[in-house]
Amino acid sequence: MSSDPLVIAGRELSSRLILGSGGFANHELLREACHAADVDLCTVALRRIGPGGEHSSGRSILDVLREANVEVLPNTAGCFTARDAVRTAQLAREAFATDWIKLEVIGDERTLLPDVVELVAAAETLVADGFRVLPYTTDDPTLARRLEDLGCVAVMPLGSPIGSGMGICNPYNISLIVERAGVPVVLDAGVGTASDAALAMELGCDAVLCASAISRAHDPAAMATAIRFGVDGGRLAYGAGRIPRRRYAEASTPMAGLPSL
Amino acid sequence: MRVLVNGEARTLDPGATVADVVRSLDLGLEARGVAVAVDGEVVPRGEWPTTSLRVDARVEVLGAIGGGR
Repeated sequence: MSSDPLVIAGRELSSRLILGSGGFANHELLREACHAADVDLCTVALRRIGPGGEHSSGRSILDVLREANVEVLPNTAGCFTARDAVRTAQLAREAFATDWIKLEVIGDERTLLPDVVELVAAAETLVADGFRVLPYTTDDPTLARRLEDLGCVAVMPLGSPIGSGMGICNPYNISLIVERAGVPVVLDAGVGTASDAALAMELGCDAVLCASAISRAHDPAAMATAIRFGVDGGRLAYGAGRIPRRRYAEASTPMAGLPSL
Repeated sequence: MRVLVNGEARTLDPGATVADVVRSLDLGLEARGVAVAVDGEVVPRGEWPTTSLRVDARVEVLGAIGGGR
């Protein structure tokens, strides 16, 4: 849908689906998902490499993404404090030569919900340091507004906890965020299947970020295609304008001219 | 000289630099997508060859992995 590009911080993206690279069993499945999802951006995380690290030898995930013509969106996954998130962002800028950062500051391991106090502190520091900050946040409209006001280039509210596949638990809050937002809203976390992505877009979100629903699906490439169509379908439906919900039927066939039988 | 590289004790020659550590990991200085922090501070790639390590320095050498959602 390149006629309807997503623009974040002046950068035009033809896809409204952003892929997360977490959870793929191997590079080949990630490569297939990149192609099937037809994304421009994919998140990556920073971890130790070499001794004491978990980095596998051989081809890097960066090679896979480059060959798929997908650009890197580094994240601060695994950070629990503003201090760690800021340092990780600075390392990511150095490693990947981009000032874009998907900012995540997690409150606890069980829920992986954002620690919003640390999140705001980290966002302020990173914005002042010249980063383009895309914060993973709760579905709190006030907080989303605060993040925008302090200079974030997008807001990324969760639909439900990371990897839960619970979809969008509070669509009313997502709508409130969308109504008030002056920056793109990217639904982040919770998508379980294509209809969740479609709902996010029907609510007016500008994009969807998704990994687990794809990477942990029985057939990741097929689910990537399905979610891509969900995003595009939801976007079209949002633009087309849905009919209002009503409690009783409204006949679509006129009563006039009904024969007397 | 003892330093910690990604949490593991390593013995390096006195005066060893960040570049020496990266080279020892066999990543190559050209290794794309690698970043280094020493004692929590980012060392820009251009400063690797001139940044000497102190005894007990904590060196973190980081690269990309799959992550996010």
